[in-house]
Amino acid sequence: MQATSLGATVREFRDHSGPRFVRIDVLLLLAVLGLTACSLYTIGEATRDDVAGSPHHFLYRQIVFVTVGICLMLFISRVDYTRLREWKAQIYGVLIGGIVLVFALGSITRGSRRAIELGFFELQFSELGKILLILALAAVIVDRVRQIGGRQTTAMVMLLALIPALLVISQDLGTGMVYISIALVILFVAGTPWTHFAALGALAATAAAIVLIGAPSLGVDVLQPYQQDRLTAFLNPSDNPAKQGYQQIQSQVAIGAGGKTGRGDQATQTKLDFLPEHHTDFIFSVVGEEFGFMGAALVLSLFALLIWRTLRILTMSKDLFGTLIAAGVLAMLMHQIFINVGMTIGIMPITGITLPLMSYGGSSVIATFIALGLLQSVHAQARETAFAKGRDLVI
Amino acid sequence: MYLDPGDRPSLTPQLAMRVAILGGIALLAFALVFFRLWYLQVLSGDTYRAEANDNRIRQIKVQAPRGEIVDRDGRVLVENRVALAVKVSPKLLPEGEAERRGLYRRLGRVLDMRPRGIERRVEKQLRELPYAMATVKQDVDQHVVAYLLEHRADFPGIEPERVFVRQYPQGQTGAHLFGYSREISQAELDSGRFPEAAMGDIVGKQGIEAEYDRFLRGRNGATRVQVDALGRVRGQQLAARQPEQGRQLRLAVDLDVQQAGQAALGGMAGGFVAMDVDNGEVVGLGSSPSFDPNFFSTPFTTAEYRALESEEAGNPLLNRAIQAGYPAGSTFKLVTAAAALEGGLITPDDVIYDGGSVRIGDIDFINAGKTVNGPVALRQALSVSSDVYFYLLGQKADSSGDGLLIQRWAHKLGIGRETGVDLPDEQVGRVPTPKWRNDWFKRGLTDRQWTVGDNVNFSIGQGDLLTNPLQMAIAYAAVANGGKVVKPHLGLRIEDSAGRPLQELSSAPARRVEIAPEHRQAILEGLHSAASDPGGTSTPVFETFPLEIAGKTGTAETPQGDQSWYVALAPYPNPRYVVAATIERGGFGAETAAPAVRQILTALFDVDDSGQIVSGTALD
Repeated sequence: MQATSLGATVREFRDHSGPRFVRIDVLLLLAVLGLTACSLYTIGEATRDDVAGSPHHFLYRQIVFVTVGICLMLFISRVDYTRLREWKAQIYGVLIGGIVLVFALGSITRGSRRAIELGFFELQFSELGKILLILALAAVIVDRVRQIGGRQTTAMVMLLALIPALLVISQDLGTGMVYISIALVILFVAGTPWTHFAALGALAATAAAIVLIGAPSLGVDVLQPYQQDRLTAFLNPSDNPAKQGYQQIQSQVAIGAGGKTGRGDQATQTKLDFLPEHHTDFIFSVVGEEFGFMGAALVLSLFALLIWRTLRILTMSKDLFGTLIAAGVLAMLMHQIFINVGMTIGIMPITGITLPLMSYGGSSVIATFIALGLLQSVHAQARETAFAKGRDLVI
Repeated sequence: MYLDPGDRPSLTPQLAMRVAILGGIALLAFALVFFRLWYLQVLSGDTYRAEANDNRIRQIKVQAPRGEIVDRDGRVLVENRVALAVKVSPKLLPEGEAERRGLYRRLGRVLDMRPRGIERRVEKQLRELPYAMATVKQDVDQHVVAYLLEHRADFPGIEPERVFVRQYPQGQTGAHLFGYSREISQAELDSGRFPEAAMGDIVGKQGIEAEYDRFLRGRNGATRVQVDALGRVRGQQLAARQPEQGRQLRLAVDLDVQQAGQAALGGMAGGFVAMDVDNGEVVGLGSSPSFDPNFFSTPFTTAEYRALESEEAGNPLLNRAIQAGYPAGSTFKLVTAAAALEGGLITPDDVIYDGGSVRIGDIDFINAGKTVNGPVALRQALSVSSDVYFYLLGQKADSSGDGLLIQRWAHKLGIGRETGVDLPDEQVGRVPTPKWRNDWFKRGLTDRQWTVGDNVNFSIGQGDLLTNPLQMAIAYAAVANGGKVVKPHLGLRIEDSAGRPLQELSSAPARRVEIAPEHRQAILEGLHSAASDPGGTSTPVFETFPLEIAGKTGTAETPQGDQSWYVALAPYPNPRYVVAATIERGGFGAETAAPAVRQILTALFDVDDSGQIVSGTALD
């Protein structure tokens, strides 16, 4: 390590002289903090009139969630994630046990058993379940890394993912689909052959045909009717403006009305409640209406930064376990970002799914920050290792 | 500047490829989202902003009261009353079918309506105008509305609204003139007859209400408010336009005359007209039996409406003054006289011997009651109503020229054609001609062709002639005023609500006919004699009347019985008004119609008529 150039000096300074947390990915942290700031501002604006007499009700609660989340993220980023590999059985057990527990205890919210009432907030276990699934699947694949081309490995991973996924789907289609995305992307990054994906695709198509066409014609509704409606309503929102299509239309109108620079206080779609769920699932529509194309572009740019950094961390991990964790987090983020934003702008079906780091909600916020903490841990460990090996590492 | 691939840990080519694919997917997805956002926000922003404003801004219509209708002295004939309507707001209506049914059931009990009926009514309105309030019931009692407001929780979405209900304080008097107004129908909206009206507006459907609708209908006000997704008003009213009441319409009608006419008919089926002979202003026009137009301001059933059109009830909706068709009997002799004089068939002083009957063709035509009047000239023929005199004129007319002399004059004087009165749906009636009867014969509608006998019958207003009191009044007025065939009109003036005139509604005479002054004089003298000289057909009725008048009785034979007619011109010798009345199955003209006309004249000239009204017995 000789300081032969300015670049090297900077590297030296960053790598050896900085406090330990500088080993985390600073740009990723900036993207996260930027999105969090956007989220708090938007939630504050959107919900001012939602709870009579308490204009900051949702904002204050979200600040608490975010604070807890950031602390968790920073803590996890300093923990060596590799230890988690040994606990894969326990992790998977907690995942299944938790989902079943929610089933058993679950309070009814929006007609589905999704959450456990914890007094201060409702714990949606399926949010935390995503993280547990990522860890469990990554660990399983690492164990079978030699058999990665084998059918048993692919089948086993898909089975391990489908059990919790189907349990979640029965109550919450949107979140359950995230589980499947996570499994697919982890397999993809691990190097599963293309032929396996082709086979999975064919299986999925058959299953979809049975669920959507075959079973209903035999009188068995696998998906609940409202779930089917949601999946198909986006194809033609004006068909049924009173129900599913209504949300889609109102969301598009809100975003479109925002124009280039937004409507600010005149954001009537949001403020007069035409936009449903404006602080949770449809927060992106609020951004679009209040801050216009500029605001939406800023948020999307921060998301792009987030995705880019995640992809980078995926490639620089010191081991396969870290790579696969990053792949799972990437899957989770990309899936939620594109499905959520897509539904607000009318190119994706409406499924109840949050926009990471933007939507209001304790479970979602905390799960996302834990995922980000894992990413930072992968990053920090990669740099630690590189340093130990005496090698320089790109930021 | 930090990229240094050589320093990377084991990044296999396979992983690099797959990461690149994931990155490519992310890039593509971001590009798609950006493109879509650009389209929505930058390219279509204005459209969506307009849509967002449509969402939040509700225009609430404020009904404008219709203009009032007053008589020529400003007495109110038609006015408005503020009433409470029960309406339902679609946004606040319960979602579930069962809950709605429950609501309609509870509502039905309170409003005394059938739940099924409420449901049909509301759903129909909501289909037509999905976001507007639907009316459940107009004109609901104050205490019922109070009950609904006290039990708001049981009646979600139900709201009272102030509405204006048309009120006709004169009841049955003048009902046929005013017609009625009701909510515009879909067919009327489509027809374009009411270019400025919108769904839910009240428009004139019949009578004066329909004829002068464009003046009477006000301009609805509107308030624009901001509402939230549940339709609740949020924030301040954005803009408001006050409703403007419709114009006031002053009619030429004199309420006293109208009431007198209605009373004079006394429930017998018939009609009357009182009109200014010079300018066609109708000071009274009515029909009996009548109905109460307030009926049309309330919800009614089809059965109730049918009753108003039924023959058993005397078809009260029929305006017998302009929509019925009757033979005119001897009152038609004025037309025959004018035709014969002007057509040169006779002079006023030519004497014809009336032997009580005359044989024309192979039929004996006889005077009513076989009276023998001896030698008569025109004046006396009119006075005693000699049929033979006019039979012979009818025969003469038939054989001279094209044989249509009397028909032509009937047409000129306004018989059997549209009068142009400002009331809808007048019936033109019929002047019988050879062509008409022969056509009918060809089509098998009658058993014989035209003969001279038809013309003979026609000359005394019997047979196939169909006319009405208004047409007869116009013909008499034309002779009285020296040849002006007036266009009758009820509307006098459009005024603002304070009564200041805005527009006069006079109408020019339809046409002129040439009547030599000496001929007019002779006819008027004959009519005067008929009402004043001994032997005059209506002298018994009018000899005690304080005014000199000229008038003619008529008794038309119809299958239903004798149709009693009387047409008077007053005062004599310079008539200002013509009054015509006819009564179905009223017997001889002097029996019922003439006394009725006397009552109308009493009101018209405001004379002190203490004399006992006697019915004449003249057999004509």
